[in-house]
Amino acid sequence: MLNFTVKQLAAELAAKRVSSVEVTQYFIKRINALGKALNAFISVDEEQSLTSARAADQLLAAGRGGPLTGIPLAHKDIFCTKGWLTTCGSKILSNFVAPYDAHVIERFNQAGAVIAGKTNMDEFAMGSSNETSFYGPVRNPWDTAAVPGGSSGGSAAAVAARLAPAATGTDTGGSIRQPAAFTGICGLKPTYGVVSRYGMIAFASSLDQGGPFAKTAEDLALMLNVMAGFDARDSTSLQREPEDYTRELAQPLQGLRIGLPAEFFAAGLASDVARAVDAAIAEFRRLGCATVEVRLPNMRLAVPVYYVLAPAEASSNLARFDGVRYGYRAPEYSDLLDMYCKTRAQGFGAEVKRRILIGTYVLSHGYYDAYYLKAQKLRRLIAQDFAAAFSQCDVIMGPTTPTTAFNLGEKAGDPVQMYLSDIYTIAVNLAGLPGMSIPAGFGANNHPVGLQLIGNYFGEAKMLNAAHQYQRVTGWHLEMPAAARSEAP
Amino acid sequence: MKWETVIGLETHAQLSTRSKIFSGAPTAFGAAPNTQACEVDIALPGVLPVLNRGAVERAIRFGLAVGGTISPRSVFARKNYFYPDLPKGYQISQYELPIVVGGTLEIVVGDQQKTVHLTRAHLEEDAGKSLHEDFHGMTGIDLNRAGTPLLEIVSEPDLRSSAEAVAYAKALHALVRWIDICDGNMQEGSFRCDANVSVRRPGEPLGTRCEIKNLNSFRFLERAIEFEVRRQIEVLEEGGRIVQETRLYDPDRDETRPMRSKEDAMDYRYFPDPDLLPLEVSRQWQGEIQAQMPVLPQARQAAFRARGLSGYDALLLVGSRETADYFEQMAGGANPSVAKLCANWINGALSAKLNDAGVDISASRISAAQLRGLVDRIADGTISGKIAKDVFDAMWAGEGDPDTVIEKRGLRQISDSGEIEKIVDQVLAANAPQVADYRSGKEKAFNSLVGQVMKATKGKANPAQVNTLLKQKLGGG
Repeated sequence: MLNFTVKQLAAELAAKRVSSVEVTQYFIKRINALGKALNAFISVDEEQSLTSARAADQLLAAGRGGPLTGIPLAHKDIFCTKGWLTTCGSKILSNFVAPYDAHVIERFNQAGAVIAGKTNMDEFAMGSSNETSFYGPVRNPWDTAAVPGGSSGGSAAAVAARLAPAATGTDTGGSIRQPAAFTGICGLKPTYGVVSRYGMIAFASSLDQGGPFAKTAEDLALMLNVMAGFDARDSTSLQREPEDYTRELAQPLQGLRIGLPAEFFAAGLASDVARAVDAAIAEFRRLGCATVEVRLPNMRLAVPVYYVLAPAEASSNLARFDGVRYGYRAPEYSDLLDMYCKTRAQGFGAEVKRRILIGTYVLSHGYYDAYYLKAQKLRRLIAQDFAAAFSQCDVIMGPTTPTTAFNLGEKAGDPVQMYLSDIYTIAVNLAGLPGMSIPAGFGANNHPVGLQLIGNYFGEAKMLNAAHQYQRVTGWHLEMPAAARSEAP
Repeated sequence: MKWETVIGLETHAQLSTRSKIFSGAPTAFGAAPNTQACEVDIALPGVLPVLNRGAVERAIRFGLAVGGTISPRSVFARKNYFYPDLPKGYQISQYELPIVVGGTLEIVVGDQQKTVHLTRAHLEEDAGKSLHEDFHGMTGIDLNRAGTPLLEIVSEPDLRSSAEAVAYAKALHALVRWIDICDGNMQEGSFRCDANVSVRRPGEPLGTRCEIKNLNSFRFLERAIEFEVRRQIEVLEEGGRIVQETRLYDPDRDETRPMRSKEDAMDYRYFPDPDLLPLEVSRQWQGEIQAQMPVLPQARQAAFRARGLSGYDALLLVGSRETADYFEQMAGGANPSVAKLCANWINGALSAKLNDAGVDISASRISAAQLRGLVDRIADGTISGKIAKDVFDAMWAGEGDPDTVIEKRGLRQISDSGEIEKIVDQVLAANAPQVADYRSGKEKAFNSLVGQVMKATKGKANPAQVNTLLKQKLGGG
């Protein structure tokens, strides 16, 4: 069961060779055994999980199971989950039990999936290493001295360590793809608007998008089939016909045009990552793909543009955490202003405060035009670059990150270096495009390397097709960290 | 030298949608605290706003009614500030691109008509309420009102007196009810004004203004402006200068007090709300709404004038749709002089009675048909205008149709010339000194004699006949 994909587990469940209760117990046992060391989970609630597992078993027994019925999934603690502590990795929500389900959670519940637990994350999804969590850093299952990436580091570590067969995350600037790359698994950020943001605690509303983590592209497609879909409660949710993201998986890649942006392979890319990515691209050529060099001239502006827009939105999105209605409130204060100041000073961590300050500054009177408005214009240019590139290719490929997983504490004192670890992923969010990361081998120190695929708008099925075909002829996605294997119950 | 007052009003009209502007929670007034606030209204983590189509339609109706431009694309922005009754820490409002731009409103002060220009009207959400009195040493927060849809209507600084400001506010109040976008209930806060007031010497540029917040009655609006104008003139005449600030009106003391100055004005850090898409109003949608618009007060006023009413009478009749409908039912196809009588009775006696009773014309105790019956009895000479007042009172008191009242009380006008002549003769005989006065050229004595005849007939003599007969007898004597 340890290394089963979602698809394989579903087959086991459907064939009644195993029950959802057994599968759930198996993974919760693993979470309890391994989770402490990795610190991948914030909440585990075996009772609630087993209750859903029993309900799933009834569905399965009645022959009414779907592709995810009975499968335990780990959810990033950013998704409001009714009856579960939902902290967003922050002290300020450390006592918040969500009274409602996020749309994504609703969809998984309807599909009969089981909640394995809520995963650790950078506080309010602000971070690239999972070191900003109030609940402490998550460790990379491949090397516990290294970070798992962030902000969805707990979910990525959970899937990599085989504590859950699949998981959810959110990606605002790379928070699914970067940890997927660092932990040697697959992660997908859909086109903006494909997955409802309702109940997903907002960091930067115009960039946030939920998505799945899994071991294979095929599992990602199964997860996305459930997560995607119109939701009237999210005005940015796109009203489209439901699609089956598995529909193109089997298509041969003959003639697929792969765009390789020169900017992705320039200075700053570590040689071990470059080697692995080059090898992966060679594999795609062997599969019949053509490669073409494309240009993304404004990509160098993506990080600065992002660090104006995302903090601006965040500074406003996080204003509701004021100690008045829910969440943490400072125990002692003299008046209203003092209550606000102390609550937020004590409730938020350093990185969140830094971004609130940046965001407040760039929206201030007299600075708005020079920062926020200018950044919005550049954002459009970045999107136009991609549009031009996609006139020459079907899928863009490159490294997900400039280096493999760095060590805990290595960049914690230098925010700019930390921000640059998302240099290849951020532009994709600014353009609203879908992107994914799949394992493509290992670099120095045996740290996994991620290959990034970027699709055109609604090109998820095409990306998944390319990734799936690659995974049919390679085995990187089946590699498992030693830690996962040694602790198998 | 004289001072000129300059006033612009910002009016918040609560739109009459059943649910809130960005959530499905109900908007009904007066429910127990926090029972009409859903997860979106209390700003739980993860919730998102969805725009209420009905609120947008109402804003468009307003724009069409004032002849403004309906923006094909408008944008919701976040106005960021911390306050306990503002759950998200920002208010969603339209800032740079409002849904309605421009437009005008006609007002009448005395017999002067004036066109007031509107700057804009935009959609926004209301905040909750802080209850400071009900809890000892604490503040209670009621979020029932949070997210209630508002249309903020901003006028140009076109108003020149408190009377004009009140006339504008009343005209606006009548209009929003006319087009069914706001119930206009001022006690419940459904319609409230902020007044921007400044003074200047005529011909000079605008003076520094002060904004008086949250005036929720026409009387407070008038008193607050009057106080503020006096205050500003006093300051300036003593050589001081006006500090731009926000002030509050205290009705108990009848004065305005500073609330916050421009120096500590907040930086609201407006930016487009990324949770909401730009609002696009297609020509087709606008056309559909246009097709459902009622005939507007100005058009009905013009129609009333075309049937012979004065501009003033016609304006009063379009004070509400119900009043205009009442007039139309009452006047029917009547000729101009009867129509004029109908207007007089509605705007005069009926309006006074309705005011005293505090009821709306739709709840009038005298129907349009009944009041028309009364007018007909005046027109056909059955009763005089003076007697008609008594009949009207009796009708209001519930004594029935005008004919019933006239018969029951014996108020029919005496038009029998023989009978009147007999009384005239008696009056002339009994008032020799006045007769002599009149004949010696004192015209006033004639009125006294008419009065005596009317008194003797208890007001029932046909006044025209009394006049003719008296003149005959006195002149021919």
